[in-house]
Amino acid sequence: MNRVISARLAPVLGLFFTTAVAAQGSVTSNAFNPAISLILDGRFASFENEAEGYELPGFMLGGEAGLGAEGFSVGHSELVFSANIDDQYYGQFTVAIADHGGETEVELEEAFIQTLGLGAGFTVKAGRFFSGIGYLNEQHMHAWDFADAPLVYRGLFGDQLRDDGVQVRWLAPTDVFLELGAEALRGERFPSAGAANDGKGGFAAFAKLGGDLGESHSWRLGLSHWRADVVDREAGGHNHGGAAEEHASFSGDSAVSGVDFVWKWAPDGNATERSFKFQAEYFLRDEEGDVTVVAHGATDEGRYDGTQTGWYAQAVYQFMPRWRVGLRYDALDADNDVDDAHAAEHAGLDAEGHTPERWSAMVDFANSEYSRLRLQFNRDESSADADNQVLLQYTMSLGAHGAHPF
Amino acid sequence: MKRRMLGMVLGLCALPAQAAVNVFACEPEWAALVAELGGEQVSVYAATTARQDPHHIEARPSLIAKLRRADMLVCTGAELEAGWLPVLLRQSGNSRVQPGRPGHFMAAEQVERLEVPAVADRALGDLHMDGNPHVHTDPRRLLRIAEALGERLAAVDGANGDHYRARLAEFRARWQQAMAQWQRTAAPLRGVHVVSHHQDWVYLYDWLGLVEAARLEPKPGIPPSAAHLSSLTATLKDQPAGMVLRTPFQDARPAEWLATRTGMQVVVLPYTVGGSAAAGDLFALFDETVARLLEAAP
Repeated sequence: MNRVISARLAPVLGLFFTTAVAAQGSVTSNAFNPAISLILDGRFASFENEAEGYELPGFMLGGEAGLGAEGFSVGHSELVFSANIDDQYYGQFTVAIADHGGETEVELEEAFIQTLGLGAGFTVKAGRFFSGIGYLNEQHMHAWDFADAPLVYRGLFGDQLRDDGVQVRWLAPTDVFLELGAEALRGERFPSAGAANDGKGGFAAFAKLGGDLGESHSWRLGLSHWRADVVDREAGGHNHGGAAEEHASFSGDSAVSGVDFVWKWAPDGNATERSFKFQAEYFLRDEEGDVTVVAHGATDEGRYDGTQTGWYAQAVYQFMPRWRVGLRYDALDADNDVDDAHAAEHAGLDAEGHTPERWSAMVDFANSEYSRLRLQFNRDESSADADNQVLLQYTMSLGAHGAHPF
Repeated sequence: MKRRMLGMVLGLCALPAQAAVNVFACEPEWAALVAELGGEQVSVYAATTARQDPHHIEARPSLIAKLRRADMLVCTGAELEAGWLPVLLRQSGNSRVQPGRPGHFMAAEQVERLEVPAVADRALGDLHMDGNPHVHTDPRRLLRIAEALGERLAAVDGANGDHYRARLAEFRARWQQAMAQWQRTAAPLRGVHVVSHHQDWVYLYDWLGLVEAARLEPKPGIPPSAAHLSSLTATLKDQPAGMVLRTPFQDARPAEWLATRTGMQVVVLPYTVGGSAAAGDLFALFDETVARLLEAAP
């Protein structure tokens, strides 16, 4: 295994691995370096509306929610280090480097350890990781089939739910795939905030069921639940153009429940020629608490009780080797009750009588497993002001061989 | 009497639970080999079929569920399953099959491998730094793997060690006899020039003395392109080859396109157990492979 890892490192470091080993016949200190992979993501985006004015009425935006930069930009460049630590643990470390508002930010995206040898179907993960809820949430953004997050992920999770904590998974000893998992989370990152209960503010649980139907079909169905005690979650959305002295925040209970489904087809299970993938996810969020708005020195407080739902469905068809086309539909709905209209508006919780939706179509080409070019078009009705968006994206992976998760 | 009856009933009930060693085989050839060596003492599951390209498998829920219950894992290794096996291992929650355990058996590690790249550069294609992983296409290497696997089964299921050793000895005798026969009948193939789709047959060529004139893939793992195929037609005009070989899971069109322009025959070899109606076990696999090559040989 370690030989494999160092071999994967070689392209990154430009080493002549096999000749070096043959010549020396000894293990050098860098032979145990972890597998390194680097993801390069670049894009060109064209919007009709102003990217800064993006909003999803009825949803308090945060995290990565937004359209990203217009024109040429580099998206998330990721550096991933991973290796078996010893016979009992595996470790992974991911740094994301991205520009936010003209400044380059380095973010610790993942840093976790995971058990290998517990047995009896148990696996424990600890550190910072993508939560196991939903289907897309656990995948890295660059593995998604569209260049941007589904609206429901954007609206509820700020693109992806990620937190510090511990996750326990148990896999049932059955022929049908049945996995149960639970997570205790810090609760500091959007959509939680404040790391309530002495840094144990969040909790998640999920169940996944899956299997094959003959040789050509496979499927997975998931149920998820997440909840957190939220303290002072700031609204990052609903931009009023330079009104920086306005701050809206939410404190209270937040709970999200969801169901996700994936179905894949390939003739005889051989996806090299043609394959098809359908996925759909639905989430429902219940929130209850107080919304506070500090504007121009005055404080407004309102009682807030809201329900927000959203779903998307997408289909991706590989019609010949390397080429795929995809179609996605998104829809959201918010039913928020805030007893102070001013607070509701500033927190982005006023649905303004609008139900956001979006249609997306994409075509992508993968020259090899390591490179992909994608063209995507969105008809985005996130807000009443409909937008036509064009995205041209490349996603390239250097170094260690990427995983093929389901 | 009653007690003895009870004992017998309990014994019968216990049998199915302890009877079989649960083996997860990544490819059909290893499932077949495990069945040869384990007989009724093993229950084997093949994660892929002969119609699937073992490079391009996803870590499907059904595979994770199967690996969860396995006592032993038998795969090719040499990075053939690099995209999916590590994911299965990490998600299986099964300590018995993790690397370093007796229940973790990698076939390619047991034999000398060809085409070990000297330079790791993906501009050269999707390289396997541990060498070409398609080792089972050489029956001599397959026998060496069988010997290591028989010993490993005996280590995993110590109580039945003699059973595996006896079956291994019996398999070895039959295999050596069959191999001598294949080598005799395949003698006319020595020096025959062939074209292959991917580098699936390097070890078969090494065994039978076939000469690989060209490959349909411009680089390993990169699908054949029109430009590359056109350049091959030119090359093959100067140095003709007798046949173009492909597996059942590879695209038929590039091989046929080239064959019609160069007058070569397309030969679909079973590649692994189950790859043709006749290739039902390892012996039949090589019977069929040798027979099809001889049919098409000039």
